[in-house]
Amino acid sequence: MLDKSTLNQPKLPTKGIEPLLSLRGIEKHYDGQTVLDHVDIDLMPGRLLSLIGPSGCGKTTLVKIALGLLKPDGGEVTRAAGLRIGYMPQKLVIDPTLPLRVDRFLQLAEHDKTLCLEALTETGVAHLINRPLRALSGGETQRVLLARALLRKPNLLVLDEPVQGVDVTGQEALYQLIADIRTHLHCGILMVSHDLHLVMAATDEVVCLNRHVCCHGSPEQVSADPAFVELFGSRQALYTHHHDHHHN
Amino acid sequence: MNIDFLYFALAAGLGIALLAGPLGSLMVWQRMAYFGDTLAHGALLGVAIGLWLSLSNDLAVLLTCLGLAGLLIVLQELHLLATDTLLGILSHTALALGLVALALIPGARVNMEGLLFGDLLAISKTEVFTIWVLAGLVLAGLGYWWRQLVAVTVHEDLAQVEGVPVRRVKTMQKLMLATVVAVGMKVAGVLLITALLIIPAASARRFSHNPEQMAILGSVIAALAVLLGLTASWFLDTPAGPSIVLAGGVLFGAASLSPKAD
Repeated sequence: MLDKSTLNQPKLPTKGIEPLLSLRGIEKHYDGQTVLDHVDIDLMPGRLLSLIGPSGCGKTTLVKIALGLLKPDGGEVTRAAGLRIGYMPQKLVIDPTLPLRVDRFLQLAEHDKTLCLEALTETGVAHLINRPLRALSGGETQRVLLARALLRKPNLLVLDEPVQGVDVTGQEALYQLIADIRTHLHCGILMVSHDLHLVMAATDEVVCLNRHVCCHGSPEQVSADPAFVELFGSRQALYTHHHDHHHN
Repeated sequence: MNIDFLYFALAAGLGIALLAGPLGSLMVWQRMAYFGDTLAHGALLGVAIGLWLSLSNDLAVLLTCLGLAGLLIVLQELHLLATDTLLGILSHTALALGLVALALIPGARVNMEGLLFGDLLAISKTEVFTIWVLAGLVLAGLGYWWRQLVAVTVHEDLAQVEGVPVRRVKTMQKLMLATVVAVGMKVAGVLLITALLIIPAASARRFSHNPEQMAILGSVIAALAVLLGLTASWFLDTPAGPSIVLAGGVLFGAASLSPKAD
């Protein structure tokens, strides 16, 4: 089902540019519960798409389907030819019995240590190359994970909650870094977040997910959308997990 | 006095020690001690099956361990129970089944102590040869898949996205473990073989800055435990397998006193 559907896929109205990744009518069920209900997403080259939604809305499931880690129960995933995905997982837990320093961690993806150092320089943490992973702070760990994603020379970056475990000033710096990387590498970015306000500045497109796509558009459009306001409260209110949105 | 048996014992012990570093490290990192125990206990059933079908003992044990590893992989993927509970049930059921099956075979005369704790000093030239051939194969496999094995240990999803065939790598690791357990039961018996794999790797942790150091140092410590254990066994007339494991335990204790590397 995956990948082979490119030929019979109808052309999308995007001025002849093929999306890096196209999800059509994605469905996923667990134990009779619908987790994803006909989700459509297109990610264009060079664009930054933020996927937002409350906990348990299916963001992680959708990301795993996009990455090919999970098979959808319905719908189609189409990946552009020559797609190279750099993935930054939500969390990295290193067992204390595993001695692992940043250099060896990166070398799991790329043998060449010079390239590893370059990637670390790009994410601003070259000085950590000989540090044990377990000794890093939240922000440092995220930057090392981002460096590993960059080693793949990706044209699509998939970032799952990239600022998790990072303090507020660190979060802004990290979002700025992600925006810079996008400009520099010209890659598409699919970013999962649960806070629209922090990602707004850098984001081209927002998809608000709550099992189905609640609303979709530019950050300004989405933040004014009644479905978004209903899901997250007014734009001024900071994100809460309160959920009063009903589905049939 | 002919002391060939001592050389055979040493050769067999060192063959397993060679693998104890890398394979034991993977077991420690992935918390697979219980999985190893389950396979080892199943080896006893393999002995019973071998006697029942008049198969070669080595072959029956190897096939039983591989089959059990396959069964465990399938059961874990079905997520019927928490892995810990599943192994807790299967591990001791397999041990009990092996003991009962051996008792039921008419006229079976087995050296139960040898099966449970190893009978290293009675090991034959052919058995040493089998151990080294299989150990060589497993070592080659570990070398070939090493980077992928470590990548899977660190983060399965990340490894998968980067193109590592996670499922195949995990399956191969478990089959390699089953092979080593099957041949290693000659050295330390079904009750102690897991300890022989895990203790040296755990001892090496304190001196290691990266996964490879821990794997290599683990093998060195395992070899040291084999030498010390066999020496003790020779001079004190203690059973070889338990002496080796005990030597490993003493080395672990000594290692724990030194400052931690990372």
